[in-house]
Amino acid sequence: MLILARRIGESIMIGDQVELTVVDIKGDQVKLGINAPSQVKVYRREVYAAIQEENRAAASAAPQTLPSLQGLMGRNPPAAPGGISPAGKPPAPPAAPGGTSPKKDPPAR
Amino acid sequence: MKVLTKPYGEMEIAEAQRIRFPRGLFGFEDLRDFALLDAAQQPFYWLQSMERVEVAFVLIDPLFFRPDYSPDVDPGELEEIGVTRGEDRLVFAIVTIPENSSLMTANLQGPLILNRRTREGRQSISSNPRWGVRHVILDELSRSKQGASC
Repeated sequence: MLILARRIGESIMIGDQVELTVVDIKGDQVKLGINAPSQVKVYRREVYAAIQEENRAAASAAPQTLPSLQGLMGRNPPAAPGGISPAGKPPAPPAAPGGTSPKKDPPAR
Repeated sequence: MKVLTKPYGEMEIAEAQRIRFPRGLFGFEDLRDFALLDAAQQPFYWLQSMERVEVAFVLIDPLFFRPDYSPDVDPGELEEIGVTRGEDRLVFAIVTIPENSSLMTANLQGPLILNRRTREGRQSISSNPRWGVRHVILDELSRSKQGASC
């Protein structure tokens, strides 16, 4: 790891488009300013790590643990607000996935 | 085409159900090709990796339990998958199912954005601090019902 000492107001460049500036230091907290092109994503590392971890936990779900919300709630859940599935779509049997909206769309021309 | 799926074994997948994630998902950057299936249990969907059968995600439309949800992702990220019009955009949240399935949670901080026209997708990170990675779906549902009755 490259380690550089910087004072308040000083910067480092990462490549020629990303500039990282030490804006303020208070106790053990450092405020950083970041100038980067919009296609460079900047996240707090823990946010990124939390999503990675959640994906891993989600991916390992056993299919038989998936309940129906109706069953869990003991009554009919509210109708899904429009958007992803055609209104009134009946539950599709597992062997015939039919209702996902990408399928319903005409092919892009 | 025939695809081996984690929830339903081998099944026929239509071309229109295939979704490509050019950058994969966080933690699964090497997996690009997925199929979107209806789950037998509504209102869920499965996002099945076509490259690794054991990787399959349960998805839900976040508006189902959070009518006020908006992913608040960077417009540049939408452009990356060619979403320029609202009607091309589909938003899903990944569901995590713990041992006690009534505590299942949805990740609203890392929504999946799909372009329904090009069938490309990406996982984004919401810039809205309201959204976390673990929203308990049943809690949110009962809360939104209370809200609606007020």
